[in-house]
Amino acid sequence: MSYSSDRILLSSQREGQISRFRAWVLVVIPLFAILFQIYVPLFFPFAKVLDMPLLVVVYFAVMRRSQIQGLLIGAFVGLAQDSLSKNWLGMFGIVDTLVGYFAASIGMRLDVDHPMLRLLLSFFFYVFHEIVYWVLLRALLAQMVPLELQRTLIQGVFNAVVGVSLYHFLDRLRETV
Amino acid sequence: METFLNRYRNVTVLLVVIFAQLLLLAVQVKNDQDVRIIRVWAVTTVTPVARVVEWFRGGSIGFVRNYILMHDASEENRKLRDEVGRLRLQVNFLQNELNTAERAKALQLFQAHTQSKMLAANIIGTDAGSNSKVVLVNRGSGEGVMRGMAVVTPDGILGKVIAAYPTAAQVMLVTDPDFAAGVVSQKNQVRGTLKGQGKPLCKMDYVPLGEKIEPGEWLYTSGDDRVYPRGFAVGVVKSVQSTQPFQEIWVEPSGMQHGLEDVLIILEAVHQAIPTTPPVNQPVYIAPAPPQDQSPANPVAGGNAGAQPATGTEADKLRAIYQSVGEAQNHTYGSGPPGTKPPDFTRLPSNPGQAAQAVGSGPANATGSAPAPGTGGRTNAPPPTGAPRAQPGGRAPANPTPNVVRPPAPPGPATAGTPPARMSRQAAGAPSNPPSPGSAPGAAKPGGTTVRSPAPPAKQ
Repeated sequence: MSYSSDRILLSSQREGQISRFRAWVLVVIPLFAILFQIYVPLFFPFAKVLDMPLLVVVYFAVMRRSQIQGLLIGAFVGLAQDSLSKNWLGMFGIVDTLVGYFAASIGMRLDVDHPMLRLLLSFFFYVFHEIVYWVLLRALLAQMVPLELQRTLIQGVFNAVVGVSLYHFLDRLRETV
Repeated sequence: METFLNRYRNVTVLLVVIFAQLLLLAVQVKNDQDVRIIRVWAVTTVTPVARVVEWFRGGSIGFVRNYILMHDASEENRKLRDEVGRLRLQVNFLQNELNTAERAKALQLFQAHTQSKMLAANIIGTDAGSNSKVVLVNRGSGEGVMRGMAVVTPDGILGKVIAAYPTAAQVMLVTDPDFAAGVVSQKNQVRGTLKGQGKPLCKMDYVPLGEKIEPGEWLYTSGDDRVYPRGFAVGVVKSVQSTQPFQEIWVEPSGMQHGLEDVLIILEAVHQAIPTTPPVNQPVYIAPAPPQDQSPANPVAGGNAGAQPATGTEADKLRAIYQSVGEAQNHTYGSGPPGTKPPDFTRLPSNPGQAAQAVGSGPANATGSAPAPGTGGRTNAPPPTGAPRAQPGGRAPANPTPNVVRPPAPPGPATAGTPPARMSRQAAGAPSNPPSPGSAPGAAKPGGTTVRSPAPPAKQ
């Protein structure tokens, strides 16, 4: 894999490339991530800290460079995640929608093919996801759960590392226009 | 709008999606009061709007009512003022009616508690003389009014009839310069003649310098003038000055202190005892008597009440005396049909005081006074004087307490007969007493038929 430039910040949106994926990729990969999230921790409990659906949302949002598509992917994945969990429908949906929207917004201005940027984006959006989810718990459901910031940061780093590897794999599935 | 949506399409879609999911959450989640969040949000969203709408609606209606439709207020205000005026007049009228009714009730009570036969009358006019104090009443010879009859009120003597016409009578007030009446002071039994002066105050004349009379002392009719029966209130001494040969005593007459409207004309005079306490007008309520004790320890309350009235009022003692007279003649009170000959009450004990002592403590004024209506052992008898103003509900007997409000007295024995001590107009032909120092010089003027009160009983 070779990078076209050492620049991270794009001068214009036109400078960035829009990654296209086959339709089955847009369906199967998120579905696979959700299944991984609910099935693998049964055998490997430590895998519970890995938020695979979030990493997939971030990847598709930044690579598609479309805010609407990013937020729709986030909403779809989040609602599916809610449906398969004990959460109220909409909690992960709202958070992943926001992640998809802002990830797409950032992907329009940054060179998202840069591995360091992908690491930072994964870390940032994991922490953003946890904080927004905690806020929603308190604001909408009045659940006074503590925010364990240190553990969140560590898990963010772990997710970022795993995310960079995952993105490298997913890059093989895109179609460059 | 389309341009706006195109420009902010991404944000709009984001908001729509977020909002949709929030709705989804709100439908599921319930708050701590088991109410779905969607309802809470809906109510919270709608009620402020409804409140604002209601505020505008109420304000608009209030504005229309309070400002636009104000032209009706002045007319309504005028109508209300007219109605208030009408109601005020009505209140005044009813208040006057009430006062009249109260006066009539007071007169009625006074009549009921006085042995003398009286006729109620209203003052319908005054005399045209500048100095004279003469009024016209609406009772005349047609109703039995005759010249010389005494005119009183519950507060005291008011005057006397100086001319009786078929439908009206002329009454000379106590303040008239020609008025005179025999009076006696309550405390020291000082006799004198009350004379009108043409002023609010009268003068008590012919009281020698050595006689003791004090300001504040009450004067009562002595009965010596043969016009006023003994024992009616006259007034109170205001000042006493020692002059030669008689003292100068100014008296404030009590008969006119409540105005001149309703009076009583004494048709048949009955002398009364002079009370031991001055009349007062403060009504005091006295509760009804407790249930009668049938035990032998209280014989007055039992069937043999007259036999042993160890304790009781003056009326009880009088009742006991007359009961003893009836028993001595084998008469049973209440047993005979109407028309049954009553006991001969002329056979009263020569010394009622002793007789009373025999049954209790004897009263000193039995002779010459009518017996009190039968009582049940309580003080329900009328007082021996008509001086105090009768209060609604009754008044106190000769009692240290002022006027008292009592329940109505129970009816007396049906066969007790006419009080033997009553002296009527027919007794006017009896030999008159020699003129006493206290007899009124103006009480018996020559000319025409004059009604004379019976001679007073001997001073006890």
